[in-house]
Amino acid sequence: MESPLPLQSLRVGGAELLFDGVKEHQVTLPSQSEPWDMKQLLVWIQRNLLKERPELFVQGDSVRPGILVLINDADWELMGELEYQLQDQDNVVFISTLHGG
Amino acid sequence: MADEVSCLKAQLSEREEEILALKRKLARLEKSHTSVLKLHDKVTNLEPLPAKASLCNEDIMRYSRQLLLPELSVQGQLRLSKTSVLVVGCGGLGCPLAQYLAAAGIGRLGLLDYDEVELSNLHRQVLHGEESQGQAKALSAAGAVRRLNSTVECVPYHLQLSSENAMQLLQQYDIVADCSDNVPTRYLVNDACVLSGKPLVSASALRMEGQLTVYNYRGGPCYRCLYPRPPPPETVTNCSDGGVLGVVPGIMGCLQALEVLKIASGQGSSCGQQLVIFDAQDTRFRSIRLRPKQAGCAVCGENPTVTQLVDYESLCGSAATDKCRRLNLLSRDQRITVQDYKSILDNGVSHLLLDVRPLVEVDICHLPFSVNIPLSSLEERKCEHIRLLQERIRQLKEQMAGDCRPAVYVICKLGNDSQKAVQVLEKMSGSDVDEITAKDICGGLMAWAQKIDPSFPQY
Ligand SMILES: [Zn+2]
Repeated sequence: MESPLPLQSLRVGGAELLFDGVKEHQVTLPSQSEPWDMKQLLVWIQRNLLKERPELFVQGDSVRPGILVLINDADWELMGELEYQLQDQDNVVFISTLHGG
Repeated sequence: MADEVSCLKAQLSEREEEILALKRKLARLEKSHTSVLKLHDKVTNLEPLPAKASLCNEDIMRYSRQLLLPELSVQGQLRLSKTSVLVVGCGGLGCPLAQYLAAAGIGRLGLLDYDEVELSNLHRQVLHGEESQGQAKALSAAGAVRRLNSTVECVPYHLQLSSENAMQLLQQYDIVADCSDNVPTRYLVNDACVLSGKPLVSASALRMEGQLTVYNYRGGPCYRCLYPRPPPPETVTNCSDGGVLGVVPGIMGCLQALEVLKIASGQGSSCGQQLVIFDAQDTRFRSIRLRPKQAGCAVCGENPTVTQLVDYESLCGSAATDKCRRLNLLSRDQRITVQDYKSILDNGVSHLLLDVRPLVEVDICHLPFSVNIPLSSLEERKCEHIRLLQERIRQLKEQMAGDCRPAVYVICKLGNDSQKAVQVLEKMSGSDVDEITAKDICGGLMAWAQKIDPSFPQY
């Protein structure tokens, strides 16, 4: 069996209205044998960062429509979306699309 | 003899100059008289924009500071004068956008807005003035643009963009700028741009944030490529609910003007596959690389399912305005009117008035005898607020004879959050707090201001 990967440290930001008004969280993911992917991160965020009203953040196993996910300043679609494997020091930001003018 | 001839010649040329000056004056007067702004309440077909072969002396003087830029030059300026731009929404984004496009010498500006100017618009919609309150925004904006540059042709449209009129309208313009304030209009404008092949310069702003992207441009993605499904309506915040600092849409509208001018003059925009995010709190811009055009996109993909405009209000589950939605969550006996509440006050009936707005709104105005617990605190059962509520209910019970249930009336700005709060209170009744009867006051404080106390501020 592979030895567990070291702890991963990430910055998670945006959607501060969901994350208790905090713009950026420095988070440390527990070590596991496989690298963390975005799908697991979304579950982890739901359990650890936002406890109220998860329907404002997720829908099914992805983010709800109207939230754009950025990984290191790129649209997550370019990075593999839910399958993207997180690297240490990654910067993950959830952007709520604005509609006002 | 020779003296007399030269004297007559001098007199003649003097008179000729006078005649010329008079002719110029007349032409100017006639021009401003005949081109009275006509407000369009439906879409009509416009004459094609005449192509200018060269700049006149007045053009050269007016645009001299930008003609000096090699990026623009005379060729770019002539291209601007041949370009027509449709501005969808003459609000916080549309005003600065229209202003800079007109100042720079764009050929034709279509200015569309269904709304009228209100006092609460003036902090950000900077083309409108105090004297334009009640006037159609499209007309007010066109008047301001005209005063700035009368050589720009302005077409004000006082109408709601719809699936019925959008194609005919967009076909007549070269570039479309989305300065609207609601989700259905953003999907409608996107689809109409894709179907008519027009670049869409889109921006939005809320609170202290702004976003900008150019869609459907040089093979790049469209709005639907990025957002295939509209957001659930309850997650969408508009400026009248969430607030916005006026300068934020001002900055975003100026960025839109920049991208339109670069596209129109032939320099091209670099925002075709890029999202620019402006964080006004930290004064920081971020550029995000976006996905390419999506093969599976419903409107611009390889097998599009949207081949003509659809019903966007039902697609998005919300109306195409930024006016607040009216929720109906409660039954009739769970609600009272502001008149009912007035007589409860007049008759001195014991009760608790609970104001569930956020503190920042309570600071703007509140009824002096209300207790403030924000809806979010109720939903999260915040300890200190639950204790406050328990305490006030206990005091109320002591005042009341017998053991009937204390009455809690819930108020907010417009009567939406108060209904949600009543639902929360009903769950709490008998467990978190003593048994109570909770009712919401229909229409909230704004109804109170309109129907009961005209001296109460409206916001
Ligand atoms: Zn598309």
